[in-house]
Amino acid sequence: MKKIEAIVKPFKLDDVKKALGDLNIEGMTVSEVKGFGRQKGHSEIYRGAEYMVDFLPKVKIEIVTSDEMTPKIVDAIMEAARTGKIGDGKIFIVPVDDGIRIRTGERGDDAL
Amino acid sequence: MSKLVYALLICLISASPALAAGIDTGDTAWVLMSTALVLLMTAPGLALFYSGMVRRKNVLGTIMQSFAVLCAVSIQWVLIGYSLSFGPDKFGLIGGLEFFGLQGVGQEPNLDYAATIPHQAFMLFQMMFAVITPALIAGAFAERMKFSAFLIFTLLWTTLVYDPVAHWVWGVGGWLRVLGALDFAGGAVVHISSGAAALAAALMLGKRKGYLTEVMPPHNLPLTVIGAGLLWFGWFGFNAGSALGANGLAATAFLTTNTAAAGAGLSWMAVEWIHRGKPTLLGLASGIVAGLVAITPAAGFVSPVSSIIIGLAAGIVCYASVAVIKPLLKYDDSLDAFGIHGVGGMFGAIATGIFATVAVNPAGADGLIFGSAALLGKQLIAIGASALYSFIVSIVILKVVDLVVGLRVAKDDEVQGLDITQHSENGYSL
Repeated sequence: MKKIEAIVKPFKLDDVKKALGDLNIEGMTVSEVKGFGRQKGHSEIYRGAEYMVDFLPKVKIEIVTSDEMTPKIVDAIMEAARTGKIGDGKIFIVPVDDGIRIRTGERGDDAL
Repeated sequence: MSKLVYALLICLISASPALAAGIDTGDTAWVLMSTALVLLMTAPGLALFYSGMVRRKNVLGTIMQSFAVLCAVSIQWVLIGYSLSFGPDKFGLIGGLEFFGLQGVGQEPNLDYAATIPHQAFMLFQMMFAVITPALIAGAFAERMKFSAFLIFTLLWTTLVYDPVAHWVWGVGGWLRVLGALDFAGGAVVHISSGAAALAAALMLGKRKGYLTEVMPPHNLPLTVIGAGLLWFGWFGFNAGSALGANGLAATAFLTTNTAAAGAGLSWMAVEWIHRGKPTLLGLASGIVAGLVAITPAAGFVSPVSSIIIGLAAGIVCYASVAVIKPLLKYDDSLDAFGIHGVGGMFGAIATGIFATVAVNPAGADGLIFGSAALLGKQLIAIGASALYSFIVSIVILKVVDLVVGLRVAKDDEVQGLDITQHSENGYSL
């Protein structure tokens, strides 16, 4: 089992969701997050004063899936979230020890 | 016993016939309506305008200041404030205590001030001006003043600064009124006096923790813009209501008010666009308020075309004071109460001395471009006197309040925010 964590541009969320829907994935978790990478922040202007805002809004998508599905999902996210410009985001893949469906107590891939 | 108190109250209110001779129903309706419009400027207009600009941890504390002023000054005005401002003149400096508790202020018109409306209607209209003025000052010490200190300051300031200055300018026998300085709707009384007090407060309280080192962006600009819209709407009561009648002068003041607001909104937006590369909504809203401030003393004395010029210039002058001069001097006038109300008010008072014409209002005077320099000189005296008096007395009041209860919240409380530490409430649950 793997967890895929993708941080993408907020306006790309719908495209990513559609691409993942086409793969029939079992579920995903989405959160609004802030942070910076190479893109750094942006400037904001209030009454003539310019401020550097370090953290930009992004969307973090978390999907826990089987080892076999992982490359397909990663490819789909890469394809759907890419604009080619700086700030497109990153994908991280981490191993998952186990998963449990709370209602039934099923474990491992069965819990997905 | 309670019957006696009741009878006394009736006497104080001074019963009178339903419709006294000389009362004009149209005038009365307009002034009562305008009173409600000016109330709307403070709460929720100014409350929202200011609260959107602070950080989210201070949203309730900031709103509460406006509402608390509304309550406190409403009572002060009935008990003593109206009498100090509009009671029989004492040496040109202050009103006497003859109207204490509104004695003799009843349904009959007061011929000195407004001959066609009930005296109580005039008193109420003036009450809302007394309310908004200290509420404006709060922009200078936002996000760091103790609520208890704020309340004491507000009551002392209203009594010791607002009431005398209102008497100087508007009271029969007041020395600036006798001098012939023009202030249609409160440029000096409301905006210059609150602006000067704001500067005093910003200097006395010092900077917010993290000012100029941390980013302190407005937490909810839509609130600010709703507030600006309500201020604009309410300002028709403030300025057109100051005609004290439903008449042509009210229409002119309404027109110049709207036009100046529009001009200043556009000019602030344009200057910021050139200076910083983007037209901002906060800039547009701030410019609108600057224009409304600047036209306040001039509204019933200048032509519509003059009001365009006053508006356009006010947007540029106030932008310069907020975006260029304030950063150079490094004081923390957090929401620019001085930068917009003080500077805009002074500019408006000067503009009145330049653009006023008896062609618009025979009760006014001719300004500089209509052939008379005398008015401008009187305006400068009015500006200097009201600004200096307010600044000095504000410093003294703040010093006293600091000694008694302390002006600022503790450092930790400032970091946590006023909402939780001063009021044990949260503006937003997530």
